Amino acid sequence: MIRLIPRIENSNAMIVLSPLLALTLTVITAYFIFVSILVDIEVSSVFYTLFVEPLTDSYYFSELLVKAAPLMVIALGLSIGFRAGVWNIGAEGQYVIGGIAGSAVGLYFYDVEGFWVLPLMAIAGILGGMFYASIAAFLKTKYQVNEILVTLMLTYVAVLFLSAMLQGPLRNPSGFNFPESRIFHDSALLPIIWEGTRVHIGLIIAILLSFVAWFGIKRHMSGMQIKITGSAPRAAKFAGFDDNKTVWFSLLISGGLAGLAGLFEAAGPAGQLTPGLPQFYGFTAIIVAFLARLHPLGILFSASLIALTYVGGENVQIDYDLPSSITQILQGMLLFYFLACDILIRYKIVLFKTIR
Amino acid sequence: MNEGLLINIIIGISIASVPLIFAAIGELVVERSGVLNLGVEGMMIVGALLGFVVQFHTGSPFIAVLAALLGGMAIASIFAFLTQFLLTNQVATGLALTLFGLGFSAFVGRGYTEETIQLITSIHIPMLSDIPIIGPMLLSYNPLVYLAFFMVYLVWWFLFKTKQGLILRAIGDNHDAAHAIGHNVLRYRVMAILFGGAMAGIGGAFLSLVQVPIWGEDMTAGRGWIALGLVVFSSWQPFRVILGAIIFGGITILQLHAQGFDIRISAQYLSMLPYLATIIILVSLRMRAKNKTNRTMPNCLGRIFHSTT
Amino acid sequence: MSNIRLTSILKLSLLSAVLAFTSNVFADPVKAAFVYIGPTGDHGWTFAHDQGAKYVKEQMGDDVVITTVESVAENSDSERTITSLARKNDIIFTTSFGYMNPTIKVAKRYPDVKFEHATGYMLADNVSVYSARFYEGRHVIGKLAGKMTKSNVIGYIASFPIPEVIRGINSAYLAAKSVNPDIQIKIVWVYTWYDPGKEADAANALIAQGADIIMQHTDSTAAMTVAEETEGVYAFGQASDMGEWGPTSQLTGIIDDWGPYYLARVQAVKDGTWASSDTFDGIAEGMVEFAPMANMPKGLGDWAERIVNGIGNGYIHPFTGPINKQDGSPWLAEGETPPDYPDLLTMDFYVEGIDSKYPN
Repeated sequence: MIRLIPRIENSNAMIVLSPLLALTLTVITAYFIFVSILVDIEVSSVFYTLFVEPLTDSYYFSELLVKAAPLMVIALGLSIGFRAGVWNIGAEGQYVIGGIAGSAVGLYFYDVEGFWVLPLMAIAGILGGMFYASIAAFLKTKYQVNEILVTLMLTYVAVLFLSAMLQGPLRNPSGFNFPESRIFHDSALLPIIWEGTRVHIGLIIAILLSFVAWFGIKRHMSGMQIKITGSAPRAAKFAGFDDNKTVWFSLLISGGLAGLAGLFEAAGPAGQLTPGLPQFYGFTAIIVAFLARLHPLGILFSASLIALTYVGGENVQIDYDLPSSITQILQGMLLFYFLACDILIRYKIVLFKTIR
Repeated sequence: MNEGLLINIIIGISIASVPLIFAAIGELVVERSGVLNLGVEGMMIVGALLGFVVQFHTGSPFIAVLAALLGGMAIASIFAFLTQFLLTNQVATGLALTLFGLGFSAFVGRGYTEETIQLITSIHIPMLSDIPIIGPMLLSYNPLVYLAFFMVYLVWWFLFKTKQGLILRAIGDNHDAAHAIGHNVLRYRVMAILFGGAMAGIGGAFLSLVQVPIWGEDMTAGRGWIALGLVVFSSWQPFRVILGAIIFGGITILQLHAQGFDIRISAQYLSMLPYLATIIILVSLRMRAKNKTNRTMPNCLGRIFHSTT
Repeated sequence: MSNIRLTSILKLSLLSAVLAFTSNVFADPVKAAFVYIGPTGDHGWTFAHDQGAKYVKEQMGDDVVITTVESVAENSDSERTITSLARKNDIIFTTSFGYMNPTIKVAKRYPDVKFEHATGYMLADNVSVYSARFYEGRHVIGKLAGKMTKSNVIGYIASFPIPEVIRGINSAYLAAKSVNPDIQIKIVWVYTWYDPGKEADAANALIAQGADIIMQHTDSTAAMTVAEETEGVYAFGQASDMGEWGPTSQLTGIIDDWGPYYLARVQAVKDGTWASSDTFDGIAEGMVEFAPMANMPKGLGDWAERIVNGIGNGYIHPFTGPINKQDGSPWLAEGETPPDYPDLLTMDFYVEGIDSKYPN
């Protein structure tokens, strides 16, 4: 009989090993899936394209970084909220509103060059995301309305709002009436840090932010407050921490960062505001945050891993005519295994021999 | 507006609300037991796929619905195993379930996008269905519609009129106390989760077997998330689920009609109404229920139960 | 071996060598790629493009290698897909307007690769644009609708308010009105190209409001299945023949025939004669075709065929004045027809007589 016995203290070895175990299990399961559905294709070459090529080919590696940056930024914000038990599931909506706000600023100054345009756009993006998340914060603190629901419903609203904006005020006047904005002028585009690719300064900012978050959580009271509140709201109240302030802080931070990511996408790889702005980064970032066990530095890795599956998955789709849903299945499986293996940190698997 | 149009609208709203009712009533039971399963969308789409595929191959709607029900349960069992036995975080696990469900159904369904099937036909009760107005409006739906409303009643009866229902609700409110008394928390929760999966599966199958006889990736189009909202909206009271589903389904349909009537608000803003309405009604319910304690969520919702044996 | 035979063999070898050397600029097969916005199983827009790709393969056999990628979202990710294809292909067809900016960006980085962008407007040395005069097809189905309707209400399921869709609405309406002055058109915007559930809901709503003819500018067969289930309602196939989903309700369908165009472009790459172009073809050039006329009196079908020929021969232009804009301001004078640019290509108004509010 197999039983789970709680460990006296968390196993440090397992903190490192369990993610690796999860990854291994995912790869093994993927192998079996491929072997069963691929008739005359080498499974090993599919694996190579899926997992290795994005790392060895410089173009695909650059694209991995491009996709990882917004995931990092959003996941950082979300992880702070999740530690506190504030579930911002609608980061996608805040991402969209931030993207709209930042783009609107850039478009407003479309004929003006200046180094100040981009920072102004970034601020607008952050404020836009914050404002949108504040709706959920307000409703939760004043009326105890569940933030999962509010942020989720507002996501749909945000996407519709994007469509309305692109149909109206933000549409390119000389664009044959297609629902797209003007292409951003030079001052409104994010500087590229890797010549010849789409890797922009957002990546650096994401990495910096993760270190800031790491220090913040380690050193400051608010970090501890969030740590405590997440695990037991009652205990936090007794210790004198303010539940409402935590909710506001968590939502504003995650909303602001999601908004910034939205601006990054519009002013970076896209170079304009289009209906294609929402790419489910807000939802994928939730997975990224969990895979990193909400640790700011871990997020750098988990975001890269998820970005790898996107880039690799797409190439497998092109080269081997496999459906794009393969990527989703892999990501879902990775998360399942990760969550499952996580238990090994807190519990020991013991085999009991039944005594006759 | 003539009465024919009104009847049409009412029928349309009823049909639109059915998948939501199934998914929401299932999730309501799950949440009453203290578990939050965000994977409803994933379970629904798997149900839609299985229903379509089985109907395509067997031509039997009964077997197809059964397949969808079992499929929903199967995929829910992954969630049950992870959250109840491996004690994983429910929010993350539910999201993984949605992701996996969407990917799995798209993958398996890719060979079926060009196919079409026979829809489940509506019933026709001789004499009764022909009564003007009431006939078409109430008595001429296909069996699944009636099943949905019956399930709501069944759930209400179970939760509030049976001993097991009482235990389940107690577990949802205080799993430690319930465990101390000797109830098997795990068993109730697992059964609830499986029930939720079965309901979500049928709800999804309704889309592909009744509404449109074709299969498309993502054809659930977010209904699973709406269903989650409906559970909260209903304050975990079964009959309120019907109300919420009708309001939501209603506004979705009415928005299309409004365009036909040339209401001078652009379509995007009209499309926002169902989502905004859900939030607004939630808030107003809260405002009125501030002092009532029996209309709040199950206390242990989302919290992991650590058995101490 | 006799001397004669040896000489023959040598001559034959020499001849073959010369032929092989001079026959094609591309001795290797041409590599062509297609980027699709939806699944080929939509049996609509993407299906039609895929039929075109298959036609190229059929005609060119081993001289071409075709790669297709389905369901590529219209966002910044598409740039990566197009780049991946550009690394390995000679010509790439991007079949939706949302790929415009990404196509241009990739084209800049790969000047030796040819790009063909559907329904766009940005050109470059190595980028062509192409589209079809679907509004000519709308004219035909509009006239049929005007004749076949009993309720005098046409239901139109529209996707996004872009010029192509507006052209279709206006053309269908004008045509229907010209044979039936009592006609009314009801338009529902679904803001998606492909969502079977929503399209079905829209069809049902339109039918509930009295429409007995359904037209769509969306990609799935959902509306057709709704028409099929509903007594007395007819519909038109969109981009492909949807008769399989509407055996008793499809009157005809507008078929996008991309095959000949695609073949010509790929062949041009092979022959080294490819040059950037702006193609806007219709019935005359065979790009717009029709499913067999069905479910109508035979005389009507023949009449419709004559209209098709009339457009093809240039006798009929779907937009012939006098036509005013919805606000009453004049657009075309008596007998006048509009230029492609700016009137048709940037069309952003309803014509007079359409009651609905123009979206935004």
